[in-house]
Amino acid sequence: MIAFRLDGRAAQFSQDQRDTPLIYVLRDDGLREMTPKFGCGLEQCGACRVLVDGSPEYACTLPAGAVANRHVETSAGMDGAVRRALIDANATQCGYCLPGIVVAAEALFRVDPHPTRDRIAEALDAQLCRCGSQPRVLRALTALAGS
Amino acid sequence: MPLRQPAARAAGADRVGRLVRPLPAGLAALPSLGRWIRVADDGRVVALTGKVEIGQGLLTALRTIVAEELDVEPGRVQVVSAHTGRTPDEGTTAGSMSIETSGANLRQASAWARRLLLERASNRLGVPVARLDVADGEITAPGVNERVDYWQLIDAAFLDFEIPKRTPEKSPAEYRWVGHAGQRRVDVEAKATAAAFVHDAPAELHARLVRPPSVNHRLAELDIRVASPGTLVVDGSFVAVAHPKESEAVRWAERVAAKAHWRLAFGSPRAEIDEQRRAGAEAFPIRDGRPVRGPRQEMPTTFRATYSRPFLMHASLGPSAATALWRAGHASTPRLVIESASQGIESLRGVIARAMALDVDHIEIRHVAGAGCYGHNGADDAAFDAALVARAVPGRTVLLKWSREDEHGFEPLGPPMHVEMGAELDARDRVEAWTHDVYGFTHVSRPSPRAAGVDLLSARLLGQPLEPSTPRPALAPEVGIHRNALPIYAFPAQEVTKHFIADAPVRTSALRGLGAQGNVFAIESFMDELALEAGVSPDDFRRRHLGRDARAVAVLDAALAASGGLAGNRGMGLARYKNRQCCAAVVAEVAVDDSTAEIRVAKLWIAADAGRVIDPDGLRNQLEGGAIQALSWCLKEAVAFDAQGAVATRDWESYPILRFSEVPTVETVLVDHPELDPVGAGEATVGPTSAALANAVFAATGLRVRDLPMTPERLRQVAAS
Repeated sequence: MIAFRLDGRAAQFSQDQRDTPLIYVLRDDGLREMTPKFGCGLEQCGACRVLVDGSPEYACTLPAGAVANRHVETSAGMDGAVRRALIDANATQCGYCLPGIVVAAEALFRVDPHPTRDRIAEALDAQLCRCGSQPRVLRALTALAGS
Repeated sequence: MPLRQPAARAAGADRVGRLVRPLPAGLAALPSLGRWIRVADDGRVVALTGKVEIGQGLLTALRTIVAEELDVEPGRVQVVSAHTGRTPDEGTTAGSMSIETSGANLRQASAWARRLLLERASNRLGVPVARLDVADGEITAPGVNERVDYWQLIDAAFLDFEIPKRTPEKSPAEYRWVGHAGQRRVDVEAKATAAAFVHDAPAELHARLVRPPSVNHRLAELDIRVASPGTLVVDGSFVAVAHPKESEAVRWAERVAAKAHWRLAFGSPRAEIDEQRRAGAEAFPIRDGRPVRGPRQEMPTTFRATYSRPFLMHASLGPSAATALWRAGHASTPRLVIESASQGIESLRGVIARAMALDVDHIEIRHVAGAGCYGHNGADDAAFDAALVARAVPGRTVLLKWSREDEHGFEPLGPPMHVEMGAELDARDRVEAWTHDVYGFTHVSRPSPRAAGVDLLSARLLGQPLEPSTPRPALAPEVGIHRNALPIYAFPAQEVTKHFIADAPVRTSALRGLGAQGNVFAIESFMDELALEAGVSPDDFRRRHLGRDARAVAVLDAALAASGGLAGNRGMGLARYKNRQCCAAVVAEVAVDDSTAEIRVAKLWIAADAGRVIDPDGLRNQLEGGAIQALSWCLKEAVAFDAQGAVATRDWESYPILRFSEVPTVETVLVDHPELDPVGAGEATVGPTSAALANAVFAATGLRVRDLPMTPERLRQVAAS
């Protein structure tokens, strides 16, 4: 088995899955961590974003073996101010892109708790949203940055 | 001439002749109170709707309406959405109609529920209804110690009550929640923290498709075995694999795809709306709001301009998905159980029943959230795909997902539009004649049990193919190609004509706003062009043609007041969706880079009148989302095809959409009318935003861009011409 940490708890998967993209391992019956979303499988939309040891990665292409003994964090485990701010502001529409946006924003706010609107937009630029929620995501996070 | 019935009689009047509105259509068709509102015995209220949440915040808004009318805290209200056999059939969730229709049904049902409960409380407490107070479902009367709550007053008779006629609803002056800010969406927290979409549903088998290169290709040869526990499903040219592990289903689908040989079975007509196509189109001039067959009236026009948009994609962020279970054993009822993000589960059920030779009652479909669809995307197709796989593996629940390539390559596309405008100005620089000729393919090909064909993608691929419907012109008011072709303005003479082109090269269907985006883009761009000819500011030119439309003038004024006017690199657009729903004005401010010819939208101001505001935050979210999506269409998006007619833009690099760093700041002003009924607003801003952008680009550069998208290449072409 390959061991890693998932949202602060111990987790593992079998050796034969080490070349499988991480997203399937996370969402598989064993772990059933469903917030990383499959959007494209091409690193083009960011719906699958997770943090690996604090750095944003694309779970749709990252081989699961790459997270051995590392800490994978998903939107489900990010119960801090960033996710709260987005939920409280209804900063989404369909919500499919929301977990990936939570992850990318969380990564930014950990290194820069008071980013400007431009900095936030830059950090989220790899996250696609088709519903057009970007202005209110930026409003919610800019308000958080100023608080 | 026969005598006309007095209006009051026609609408139904009470004994003293006061106007009584009829019951909302949904309640009139299904008057059992318990089919709409249930006061559960655990302190909750359950509201049932046939409409679905597609990211527009509908469940939250309906919850607010029910809570308000019943006088209970919104947190007590659970809204149960579209589930065949359990919720009312309220048709497809489309056309920005759900607040108007389901909202009206639930409001009136809630008013009846409150009335019945208060009558019971009155008997119990021995106090007239007029002296009773309700707070969060608890009923009290001044000077009476005994109190009683809703949940103590219900019984079977309450559920079985048949609503006979309209009962008075609460006065908007008493509203605590409706129209007030602060409602958190009911569905957002779960979407950020847990399984919440049909993509996340538990299943025993995961399935993926192996699609042909295009719908015109058919399977020539496939020689591969899928190792157990995987399953290969082949029916004609419908090819899918199923496997207990999702990653294995994906891997096997890739292996099968590599072994599949396809042949081009049908030619594809040209994709463009070119001159030959336009000449062959069928013309329907609009008379009293309806397109009718017949010659269009010629009008002399000095000023003419032609506008166009390309094929567009819904481009849902999550590829379409569905679950299906084909139950083993002939006696099982229902035989087929589906979870789908379809906007119209009742229609979908009817069409799948026909396609699979099942009785409608043998199919159960429950709506489960998908990624935003913005109209008719692949959700219905995916449900049928899942059902086809499930039939091959009875007794096991199948979760079928399209790939990104499937989604971009096979969704029903938003059709292109070609709009020819003409006008004559009089001596006082007012429009005295106006012509509008809009050409295009159908915007309406959702699966329907009333349609002649089976409009589900895979039906035509089966070994015994089921053909799709032949596209037909929609002739109801404000549908499809001619939606918002009639101008909001009062012109002395006008001729508006829909030109229907039957032979679309690919499947086209409803994309947010249908024809309204292309028509309003053309009308509102042309109004600016005419204002320039007239030497009048764009806003004054519009005002002088708005006649007595005070609500439109108020919206226009609100947008100008918010933005501070049109000076600088700004442009505006105005329309009332379907000429009867939400009226929206948009001002855009742009910067255009001289060297790269890139357009950057710095800011948008939106003003909108959607009648009574139910949920101000939800309304803003919809108006803004529509505006941003329209900017994306107008700045970046165009579907391309390869030489064989297959969609060539099959990922986000070849079909880019607007990104975080490219969105403007947005300021939205709501013009609230608590005294009026609410109207839908989800599609109201796409047209006005498109025109505001084009008009702002003209203000910034002097370049009139009439063909979308406004890419740097397009700007250079316009500059060079």
